[in-house]
Amino acid sequence: MKSNTDKKTLARLQSKEAVLLFIFIGVFVLMSVLSPTTFLTWRNLQSMAFQLPELGIFAIAMMVVIVSGGMNLSITYTAALSSIIGGLVLSKMTAAGIGPGPTILAGIATFFVVGLACGALNGVIVADIGIAPMLATLGTSTLFEGICLNITKGGAISGFPDAFLWFGNATILGVPFPMIVFVVVVAAAYFLMERSPFGFKIYMIGCNPTVTSYSGVNVKKNLHRVYLFSALLCAIAGILMSSRYNSAKESYGSSYMMQSISAAVLGGTDISGGYGRIFGTVLAVMIIQVISSGLNILGVNRFIINVIMGGILILVLTINFISSGRKANAK
Amino acid sequence: MQFCHAVFLAHFVYLNVLLCAFTVPENRVTLPLQIKNLIIDTQERTPMNPNAFLQISHVSKTFPGVKALQDISLEINRGEIHALIGENGAGKSTLIKILSGVYQPDPGAEISIDGKRCSQITPLLALKKGIVVIYQDFSLFPNESVAENIAITTDIEKGTKFLSWKKIRSTAKAALDRLGVELDLDAPLGTLSVAKQQLVAIARALTFDAKLLIMDEPTSALSKSEVELLFRIMRTLRESGISILFISHKLDEVMAISDRFSILRDGKYLGTFGGDELDNDILISLMVGRKIEYTIYQKHNRANAGKVLELKDFNKAGNFKNISFHLNKGEILGITGLVGAGRTEILKAIYGINHQDTGQLFLDGRKITITSAEDAVRHGIAYMPENRLSEGLVLRKTMADNITVTVVDRLKTKSKLIDRTKQKELVDKWIHELNIKPPYPDMSASKLSGGNQQRVVLAKWLAVNPKVLLVDEPTNGIDIGAKAEIHKLLRDLAESGISIILVSSELSEILAIADRILVMRRGKIAGEFDGATATQEEIMNKAILGVKQPVTA
Repeated sequence: MKSNTDKKTLARLQSKEAVLLFIFIGVFVLMSVLSPTTFLTWRNLQSMAFQLPELGIFAIAMMVVIVSGGMNLSITYTAALSSIIGGLVLSKMTAAGIGPGPTILAGIATFFVVGLACGALNGVIVADIGIAPMLATLGTSTLFEGICLNITKGGAISGFPDAFLWFGNATILGVPFPMIVFVVVVAAAYFLMERSPFGFKIYMIGCNPTVTSYSGVNVKKNLHRVYLFSALLCAIAGILMSSRYNSAKESYGSSYMMQSISAAVLGGTDISGGYGRIFGTVLAVMIIQVISSGLNILGVNRFIINVIMGGILILVLTINFISSGRKANAK
Repeated sequence: MQFCHAVFLAHFVYLNVLLCAFTVPENRVTLPLQIKNLIIDTQERTPMNPNAFLQISHVSKTFPGVKALQDISLEINRGEIHALIGENGAGKSTLIKILSGVYQPDPGAEISIDGKRCSQITPLLALKKGIVVIYQDFSLFPNESVAENIAITTDIEKGTKFLSWKKIRSTAKAALDRLGVELDLDAPLGTLSVAKQQLVAIARALTFDAKLLIMDEPTSALSKSEVELLFRIMRTLRESGISILFISHKLDEVMAISDRFSILRDGKYLGTFGGDELDNDILISLMVGRKIEYTIYQKHNRANAGKVLELKDFNKAGNFKNISFHLNKGEILGITGLVGAGRTEILKAIYGINHQDTGQLFLDGRKITITSAEDAVRHGIAYMPENRLSEGLVLRKTMADNITVTVVDRLKTKSKLIDRTKQKELVDKWIHELNIKPPYPDMSASKLSGGNQQRVVLAKWLAVNPKVLLVDEPTNGIDIGAKAEIHKLLRDLAESGISIILVSSELSEILAIADRILVMRRGKIAGEFDGATATQEEIMNKAILGVKQPVTA
């Protein structure tokens, strides 16, 4: 019995997540040593905690879809479209002299409704029509971007009630509110994906939709749900972003698109579907945040930071590929 | 008259029946004496048979969970037409892929081409040595012209930087001339009939300077006169010294064209026969002289137990016609027939994944409509598909996940999460009950043996506690000991009250465990037999000819 537990502990230590945890601790310690007076300060930690949640939420929105064997290239424009229409509601109601309470309530409801509508459209195209997810979401991404630009004519929507700014900027006991939202999102995603029957089915669908469907699982229904869940997370990220920027624009967050794929894959999510842990994705996001903030503090040129991040991603993927290849050969 | 009939049968009987004649305990092959004499013993042949183009021995291929080939030996002479026969899953395709370098055999294999030992065949080496495979789908380009399809690859191979249309046409013309056929060189390939496309594929092979042409089921889509043309061309090629390895199910064609033929079964090599030595008498003795391999179980008449499932007038264009039958409680209803008779299609229609055009389904006397697997499972109908690797198991996932997938919604705690204790209990219970080995729930399904994989599929369905179990070729590609155990499991399940429809090509399997037997032929039910008294010959007759006429040797 004891040896069994030992084995399990060992297995856990060897898992991808354990490797990521060590890497995270490593880069954190490295940055702290290199720049103890700036990096390891309350102010810097707090600023990282403000930046991290947006990428973190997008990365989870991306990861859940990848696990299902799909891809969601429309995450940032889903967030942008819900921000712009939600922002429109916020600014028009404010301009009409309606109080901040009902305005914010209606505005946030709009964020969610628009986001979910985007997710439903992705779900229909992927699950019902059967177009490859990468193409389907490439299409909807362009569609959402187009709608955004038609509404804003390239400008930004602003004029939100002041109280709305609280979501992206407030702290509770020193902890940034976006961070609290992120923790809630992570917990919810963990229980939904890794502990609930829905998540179980998503992992099975990601591995083999035919077998899963032949096992009596309604693959379409579950795919619909996973795209809705992804879109819901995008709407949340949209709320945090437009609150932090005090405006809404189609280009906000568009750099998160590729970063979120990187984070999901760096976090051990199998790009072909069926495997990936929420915890791994979270660790990957934290690693990315620490490295980019740390290098920034060290005064490394922003463009060089990109080069370094790309190099790290390729390195980790190569290590993963080689070690999994060895495993396959050892069979 | 009887003789004539037997000849007729011999020509159409599907291979399985022939193969049933052999009892194959593990690697040793016991054959009736007269047949033994016909085998050209591969073990004792001179290693340097000067006439052999290709010699292989000790070729094995293991995939995770399956031994696809075990210790295969084969010798193909120059200028011979050599047939390779065996039922689906016997290992023919795997062997072809090894010969053409697509797969590498397990260590220990010996392969000589043209008298030279090859340590390894790569696709490129195979081509260089003149081994060309013509697959069933030809692998041609439908939008390109006949001439381009024939000649363009070789032209590029030769390192020509600029394509010369004149040269392409002349190469193509020369290849077609060698076959003695004329085709419009400029016609897009897709506009040609299947038979003509095949000629293009053969002509293309000739441009590679083919020494051994491997043809995978070349006659399956051809009419009778087209087959004759193909055979004429095959003989022409033989005369020019090209060897042909011809893969076919159809014994009459094998008899007509082959100089010799080799038989594979369950990944094992059963022997090579000289074609002209194998006359009809021997075929008959192969057919009827079979020994029973399986335990024959006690059959029951369950007509009084009540109908669980009933199909009324199921029709689907191109699949099946006027299918009506019922399944009694606690019985095993065997459905057999030739490949393509519509058996799998019927099972899939019941299970909701191959919708019938018309037809009514009754469960316990109540009319039900099933339009998806989800519906079927809700009604207590389970389906073990024919191909466990692509339809039965999520290979990358663990045994536990695979067993849980059908019942995960029933394992919820109050907070709607998966109850891990319940899940573990369930998985442990089925691993124990079906004696799955090794008993590690966290082991990936891909690492299990074929028999144990099939048990995992069975476990995931027994977990839903089904009323009706639809089972399609449950013992396909698993070894003989594991087959017997699956038979016992199915029999025990029927005794415990589960009603089973068993589709199988293997007559001895159907006869061993089915209480009642339906025979399908060309999408229709051709006959019904009592499992206790039916004989192979009667069933074969129905499956092949659809007439009621007993055959005796």
